[in-house]
Amino acid sequence: MGIYLPIAEISANIIVLLAMGGAVGFLSGMLGIGGGFLITPLLIFYNIPPAIAVATGANQVVAASFTGALAHFKRGTLDVKLGLVLLVGGLLGSGLGVYVYAILRHLGLLDLLVSVLYVVLLGAVGTLMLIESVRTIRRAKGGAPSELRRPGQHNWIHKLPLKMRFRTSKLFVSVIPVLGLGAVIGLLGSILGIGGSFIMVPAMIYLLKVPTKVVVGTSLFQVVFVSAFNTIVHAMANQTVDVMLGLLLMIGSVAGAQYGARVGQKLRGEQLRGLLAVLVLAVAIRLALDLFVRPTDLFSLYLPEAS
Amino acid sequence: MSGHRFLAAGLVLAFFLASGVSSAQTPHHESIEIGLNADRITITSGFQGTNLTIFGALDGADPQLAREGRYDVIVVLQGPPQPLIVRRKARILGMWINVQSKSFRNVPASYTEASTRAPQDITSPKTYRELALGPNYIYLEPVIKDDPEEVKEFTQALRTLKKASALYSVNPGGVEFLSSTLFRATLPLPPDIPVGTHIARAYLFRSGQFVMQKSAQLEIVKSDFERSVYETAHNHSFYYGAFCVLLAMGIGWGGRFVFRRD
Repeated sequence: MGIYLPIAEISANIIVLLAMGGAVGFLSGMLGIGGGFLITPLLIFYNIPPAIAVATGANQVVAASFTGALAHFKRGTLDVKLGLVLLVGGLLGSGLGVYVYAILRHLGLLDLLVSVLYVVLLGAVGTLMLIESVRTIRRAKGGAPSELRRPGQHNWIHKLPLKMRFRTSKLFVSVIPVLGLGAVIGLLGSILGIGGSFIMVPAMIYLLKVPTKVVVGTSLFQVVFVSAFNTIVHAMANQTVDVMLGLLLMIGSVAGAQYGARVGQKLRGEQLRGLLAVLVLAVAIRLALDLFVRPTDLFSLYLPEAS
Repeated sequence: MSGHRFLAAGLVLAFFLASGVSSAQTPHHESIEIGLNADRITITSGFQGTNLTIFGALDGADPQLAREGRYDVIVVLQGPPQPLIVRRKARILGMWINVQSKSFRNVPASYTEASTRAPQDITSPKTYRELALGPNYIYLEPVIKDDPEEVKEFTQALRTLKKASALYSVNPGGVEFLSSTLFRATLPLPPDIPVGTHIARAYLFRSGQFVMQKSAQLEIVKSDFERSVYETAHNHSFYYGAFCVLLAMGIGWGGRFVFRRD
């Protein structure tokens, strides 16, 4: 069954798109990520033009993260105040990111930067998380409690001024690192077309020391807004959001997310983090191969972007 | 009596001979006409590519040559011209990155060819080049013609890449003579055929010699729904983007009820 995508101007298979959305949604619901870092490369691999994959990926993430955030809000594992501060930072970063995106595209450096950023980010985050989760799993086998947060443990982040209290997260921390984290993720998000939760989740756990159960919901909450903002900005600046493509991916991912969430509840925190790490690393390796292995054809065709 | 009959036979023979001679000396004025079954193809949401049929008639053909199959027809459908950039990767710091690029103007977005026989059996590369006929010979114009060697390399790469996608295709045997004067061309249009004004051209060859060509226009358009989505995305981009976000939230919210598993 085919469907003609009015913005991408190509015909695609409905089943393939639903399945792609479903698979990414499953992982998203299980691991508490938007899944943009998975859907964008998948779409590009499926011959969707990269600019459309990035913008439509952001649109799909709105649906997946909104579903997830709603579920967490009902369970009370969403820190709205922390989410809003992250959001303010995120919107600042996104605005800057869209501007950077346009400049890079004009310079023809977008491909390079997107590839390198993806590989570096995914590689680093994946490796760190894998090491941590494997350690935790081993420690748990040894009988020790597997809680990351230990009382009295403070790093430089906790010495910054402008402290604010976040009740749901049981946190008293400066707003500077929270805003900064939001901004960095917003910036990356608008360039890479991702909500950024795969960076947000570990950063909140390891840097801000937010309790793991609150991290996923809160990260999804701010991802809803950042990816919604990205979708609108891409739609306005580049007209690259394909609503038909987005619709099919959303339906698939929302369905997948609900099943994924159920599976996720049966797993322990460190197991989930380990799975996410493996997934992130796999994508990083796949992208690194593209970058470092000699391509079969050195030439490629591009449509000049309308400016 | 027998003399008369002999004379009659002789006259008939002479007539045939004369006509045979005259056909060899005074050239026939062959001409072709083509007709499209529709001057517009609408791309609807289920579009999966289609076969475009073009009928044509060959007038004033030499029956002798027609019987021997000495007439060949090539029919092409050429997509709207578009600017295109060809990029070349090179290794920098161990990474394969696009470093060089060349812009071309007026590159046919698609090019579908059908012919009575394999192109190399119809006429010479020289003729194809003169007619700029076929994916290997259509004229591709670089925006900057500085380095001829480089232009040649990038032009070749452009042809190869376009042929590798289904957008440029050659279909030998796609033109069939239904009778000595009527032919039918079947052009397989790919699912990603670009929208816009396409030009269908039919080329007639007699014993490898180019005789004439005829052309007709074909509009490929999106159906009302697809076109209005595209136009909304471009003319009311904020509302379009906001709609996409609301749609995503609606599906995210509704999905909790439909697929709820927690």
